[in-house]
Amino acid sequence: MTMQPASTEIASRTAAIVQELKDLEGPLLPILHGIQEEFGHVPQDAVPVIADGLNLSRAEVHGVVTFYHDFRSRPAGRHVLKLCQAEACQSMGSDAVAARVKQLLGIDFHETTRDGSVTLEPVYCLGLCACSPSAMLDGEVIGRLDDDKIDEIVAEVRS
Amino acid sequence: MTPRIYIPGDSGALALGAEKVAKAIANELAERGIEAKIVRNGSRGAYFLEPMVEVATANGRVAYGPVKPSDVKSLFDSGFLKGGHHKRWLGAPDKIPFLAKQTRLTFARCGINDPLSLDAYKSLGGLKGLQNAVAMAPADIVKQVTESGLRGRGGAGFPTGIKWKTVLDTTSERKYIVCNADEGDSATFADRMIMEGDPFVLIEGMAIAGIATGATKGFVYIRSEYPHAVAVMNKAVEIARKAGVLGVNVLGSPNAFDMEIRVGAGAYVCGEETSLLNSLEGKRGVVRAKPPLPAIQGLFGKPTVINNVISLASVPVIMDKGAAFYKDFGMGRSRGTIPIQIAGNVKQGGLFETAFGLTLGEIVDEIGGGTSTGRPVKAVQVGGPLGAYFPRALFDTPFDYEEFAKRDGLIGHAGITVFDDTADMLKQARFAMEFCAIESCGKCTPCRIGSTRGVETIDRLAAGIEPEKNLALVTDLCNTMKFGSLCALGGFTPYPVMSSITHFPEDFKPAPARVAAE
Repeated sequence: MTMQPASTEIASRTAAIVQELKDLEGPLLPILHGIQEEFGHVPQDAVPVIADGLNLSRAEVHGVVTFYHDFRSRPAGRHVLKLCQAEACQSMGSDAVAARVKQLLGIDFHETTRDGSVTLEPVYCLGLCACSPSAMLDGEVIGRLDDDKIDEIVAEVRS
Repeated sequence: MTPRIYIPGDSGALALGAEKVAKAIANELAERGIEAKIVRNGSRGAYFLEPMVEVATANGRVAYGPVKPSDVKSLFDSGFLKGGHHKRWLGAPDKIPFLAKQTRLTFARCGINDPLSLDAYKSLGGLKGLQNAVAMAPADIVKQVTESGLRGRGGAGFPTGIKWKTVLDTTSERKYIVCNADEGDSATFADRMIMEGDPFVLIEGMAIAGIATGATKGFVYIRSEYPHAVAVMNKAVEIARKAGVLGVNVLGSPNAFDMEIRVGAGAYVCGEETSLLNSLEGKRGVVRAKPPLPAIQGLFGKPTVINNVISLASVPVIMDKGAAFYKDFGMGRSRGTIPIQIAGNVKQGGLFETAFGLTLGEIVDEIGGGTSTGRPVKAVQVGGPLGAYFPRALFDTPFDYEEFAKRDGLIGHAGITVFDDTADMLKQARFAMEFCAIESCGKCTPCRIGSTRGVETIDRLAAGIEPEKNLALVTDLCNTMKFGSLCALGGFTPYPVMSSITHFPEDFKPAPARVAAE
C-alpha cells in the first residue's frame, strides 16, 4: 500500500509550489510538473488549491490536467517503463518487444504490477529512432532492445 | 599534454551504453594511473557507430566505435590514447564516409566538443552571427534571412524571413520568440541532437530572431520525452546569461533578449504551433483557428515568431556567412541544407546534413546502406507519422519540398523510417489512424471522429468484410479529414493511409486472398 498524504498536507505542499511558480508567464504547466514531481501524481486535492492560486475555475484546471498524457491521477509503480511504439521502432519489431515485456510482467500498457514495482506505458517516440527499438526506464534511455536487454530490464524492475 | 578522451553524452549514445563505456574508461585510467581528461561531447550523429569515443592526438582526433565496455581494456592495451590500432579504430572522425559526405552548416559544431563550453563554441565560429546582427538594423537582418531562402524546418516549409517580417511590422510593446522543440515525429531527432550537442547555436539563433523582430522574450518548448535536452538547454541558458549573450544588453548592445525553457507534457498535438502556444499559456493544447496568425496574435495574444529548432539554429550561419552562402546550397525553392534523419530498419542510421536534392534512393541505399535486417526495403515513410509511405518505385524522388508534394508526400521534419519487406502496410495505415485518435486534441470533428472511424473501417478491411465498399469509405474519409481538419494532425493523417493503399494495394486485399497468396 502506498501511503497517501492527508488532504491538508497535499493542500499546503501544493500551495507552496503554486506560490513559488505563479509569477511565471503561463505558470500552470510548470506548476503541474512541480506537483507531479512532489507527489508522483496530481492528486485531486491539489486541483482546488491550484485553481484558487491562479484565479481559475476547478474545471479549467481539471481540463488541463486530463488533457496531457503525462499527468497521472494516481501514483505510478516504483519504476516506470516506457516502450516506444512509434513507426521507427515498429520497423524494428517494437510489437514483439511489447508483447514480451507484457508477458514477463503480466500486465498490459497503462497498468501497474500488483506488487507496485513497475508501471508500463507506451510512448510515441523518444528521439532514438536510429537506435530502435527503444525504451525509457525511470528517465534513462535504452536503445536496440533485444531479448537480453529486456530480461535485464525486467530483472531490474523486479528487484 | 594531458590526453583528452571524448565520450558522447547525447541520449542516443547513452541509449547504446555510453555511460558504461565512460565509467569503464575512467576506471581503467585510475587503475593504470594515467592522467587524462574525459570530455562529454554531443553526438556527431553516426548512430551506427555510437558510442563513438574520440581521442585528441598530436595528429588530430582519432575515433573508435562502436565501443563496448568490454573493449576498453584492449583499447588501452593498443595505445588508443595515441591513436593506436584496434578493431574499433575508425580513424579521423571527419574522414568517416558517413560524416565526410555531409555538408554541415547547422550541425557544424554538433558533437565535436563539450556542448556547455561557450569558449569551445566561440572557437568554432559561434556567436559571429549574433555579433553581426547586433550591429545591423532589424529590417536588414530580416532581409538577410529572407534572401537566404531558409524555410521552416519543422515541416511546413514556410519562408522564415516572411514570418519574421510580419512580426517586425507589428507594433506591440511585447513580442515573443517561441521555439518549437516538441519534436514528436517518429524518425526525427535533429532537434534533440542540436539541443544536446550544440545548445548555444539555438540560443544564438533565438537572440538574433529577437533582435530582428523587436521581441525581448523567448521560450523553448521542449517535449517531456527529452529530459536530457531539457537539462542541457537549462544549463546553457544560464551560462549564456552569465556571459552576457542573453540579458538586458545582448553582447553589450542596447538590445535586450532573455529566454526560458518550458517542458511539454506528452501531447503530440502540441507540436502544432497554435496548440503549442495554448500549452505555453497553461491551457489545454487544443488547436486555434487561423487567422489570426501567431505572427499577429500569438503567445498571450502578442505578435510571436514561432519557429522550429532547426530553423532557428540555421540562422547563425546565415548571419555569419551571408544569405548568398547559404542559398548556394540546394535546388529549386528548397535552399540551403537539411538534416536528414535516417531511422528505423536501416544499417547506417543517423543524422545526415546535406544540401537539398539527393534522391530518396541515394539516401536509403547508399547513405543508409539498406536495411539492418538485410532484407529488401519495402517502404520508406518520409516526414514522420503524418508523412507518406514511398515504395522503391518512387526512389528517384529528389529531397525537395515541391518534388515530394508532387508525389503526394512531404519531407516534413526530414525524418525517414525504413521498413523491410516484412512490413504490413495495412497495419501501418491502421496505426496512422490509431495514432491520430490517441493524439487528437478533439477540437475538430474530422480528426476526432474520423480517426476512430478510420481504425474501425480498416479493421473491417482486414477482416475481409465488404472490401470494396470499405476501401471506398476509407478513401472518402481521408478526403474529409484532409480538407476538413483544422490542423495537420487530422489533415495529414491521410498521407500515410492513402499512400499505403495506393502504393501497396496487395496488402489491402481481403484476408482470404491474402492468406491464399502467401
